[in-house]
Amino acid sequence: MSITEVQFQAQAVESAPEEAIQGRSQWQLTWRRLRQDKVAVTSIVVILIMVVLAILAPVFAAALGHGEYQAFTGAGLSSAGIPVGPGVHGFPLGTDYIGRDLLVRILYGARISLFVGLSTTLIATVAGVSIGLVAGYFGGVVDTVLARFIDTVLAFPFIVLALALAAIYGPSLLIVIGVITFFSWAGISRIVRGQTLSVKEKEYIEAARSLGAGPWRIMFIDILPNLLGPVLVLATLYIPTAVVFEATLSFLGIGIPAPTPSWGVILSEAQTYYQVAWWYVVFPAFALLITTLAFNLLGDGIRDAMDPRTERLFAARRKRRKDSVTLKDSEMPHTPPASVTGAG
Amino acid sequence: MTFTRFLIRRILTGILVLWVVATATFFLFFFRPVDAVARQLAGRAASPQVINEVIRRLGLDQPILVQYWHFLDNLVHGNLGYSYYNGQAVKTIIAQDLPITASVVVGGVVLWLVGGLAVGILSATRPRSTFDRVSTVGVLAGLSMPTFVLGELLIIAVFVPLNQRGFSWIQTGYAPLSEGLIPWMGHMILPWITLAAVQAAVYTRLSRGSLIDTLGEDYIRTARAKGLSERRVVYRHGLRAALTPVVSQLGIDVGALLGGVIVVEQVFGLSGLGQDSVAAIDTGNLPVIIGFVLIASLFVVVANIIVDAAYALLDPRVRIS
Repeated sequence: MSITEVQFQAQAVESAPEEAIQGRSQWQLTWRRLRQDKVAVTSIVVILIMVVLAILAPVFAAALGHGEYQAFTGAGLSSAGIPVGPGVHGFPLGTDYIGRDLLVRILYGARISLFVGLSTTLIATVAGVSIGLVAGYFGGVVDTVLARFIDTVLAFPFIVLALALAAIYGPSLLIVIGVITFFSWAGISRIVRGQTLSVKEKEYIEAARSLGAGPWRIMFIDILPNLLGPVLVLATLYIPTAVVFEATLSFLGIGIPAPTPSWGVILSEAQTYYQVAWWYVVFPAFALLITTLAFNLLGDGIRDAMDPRTERLFAARRKRRKDSVTLKDSEMPHTPPASVTGAG
Repeated sequence: MTFTRFLIRRILTGILVLWVVATATFFLFFFRPVDAVARQLAGRAASPQVINEVIRRLGLDQPILVQYWHFLDNLVHGNLGYSYYNGQAVKTIIAQDLPITASVVVGGVVLWLVGGLAVGILSATRPRSTFDRVSTVGVLAGLSMPTFVLGELLIIAVFVPLNQRGFSWIQTGYAPLSEGLIPWMGHMILPWITLAAVQAAVYTRLSRGSLIDTLGEDYIRTARAKGLSERRVVYRHGLRAALTPVVSQLGIDVGALLGGVIVVEQVFGLSGLGQDSVAAIDTGNLPVIIGFVLIASLFVVVANIIVDAAYALLDPRVRIS
């Protein structure tokens, strides 16, 4: 077995057989690096578990026999009318102030948090990218007006507007989604605008224009793909912000109206019971924290995986891992030395 | 000269922004049917005559543009109007609330900036050390922590156990500075920590990343090669350039700071501008709401001018352009 054969085999094992010498796209590289990031993978798992739990909330409710609005004034409250603790009378995480099952309410709360987080981020990203592209590409008066508008939105005390809207129309899910979206797109727009300003000066954009491509084609087909990386990172980091935002609005009584089980609503109700029922605060707070933390860590992971500067770090890590694998292999006869396979 | 012109231009834009905000708030609240406001004031059982009288007395029966003109006229003369409920001048209410809110904001911001920047700089100069790793974990926890959750956890984990053990320096509620510095700080320390923690996390991360990038620049190597002490290299040469993105972020975060103040006042039972604005909106007390919104906007505008001025002083290139 010659050295070239060994090298070829090593490469073939590493990637799928047919694409042994194929170039990898930026997205493939990113995914490959992300998969090796233990923290990011753990975050993905945590998020998936949260999603599954949220989807299965009715199943849990049915299995326990406790509806999300059902108050068990007998079994769910102690004789003094205080919530019962975790595990008492078949309530896994205890009950709330009127004897409702805390676990069931937290699971239903996950539905609201995730729905608000994902939907607002999606709308804000589409709007933010479009406005940022238009401002950056057209420049001139359009840019001045849009950039001023973006700055104004970024500097506006959002809670004041949320309070005003809630006061006029009454608190509702729709207003929550509207307010969060309105204050999220601007950050994305600012980044996209800045990137567009630099990308539009590149030669290939000039080439596209000289071939007769219109402004919309250039913006969405030629420029946009170059911006997707930073936008994806930003969007992932906006999800936890939106989740916290919703919880805060609900906590202040201007978000999701009670008795709908949102995490903010539960924590707001728990405010007066912290001295007698620690679980009432700790479990919903934990659910909220673990969710936002997972999204934040995932966003960080994606950013690192996208950043070519961290490639060296990942390569070193890959090399170390492969070296240790080859060391084990070297106990068997006819295996190449680590220095041959480790190149890469 | 250029700096003065910059300031004048920014102040004029600031006034324009304030006018837009005042107008927007004014018209936003007139989407609300006037008799709903009057009914709230007069009580549920009020007869139509009483409600009409209330509407007339508040001037709500006049055409909206006349009301708007009155409002602007008063505003220019420094009159913010009177509360719908007890007739108290909005100026008086603001004057009462301002010391409380200012106490929260000033202490919180100092703790936020000093804490955030100090930890960021220490982490950046010792990358991958234990301190750096611990602070990175702390930053992520802070970023994921909603302000009100931190406030509630601090009450459960600090305030309640300490007071049960007879250590009563740390309190909720408010004690004015006139009662002494020590009691004032005891009432303020938990709100400060709550307000600062979430924001400090952002600044730790920002200043750490920015300083690490700057310390990798060629001119830093040159400075080291000249034989300057490490302290001088980091604090005189590195920090100045590294702080510019931090300062520009500050302008954006002033709005978020106000949101944090509302939450903190709510959690710790401080009846400052934040808590009273929630109450005013709850009751549709338009003059008070507009007064508070204007104060909040004034704060944002002034803070942004200060931030931009600081930015221009830090980075000479900004002044030229």
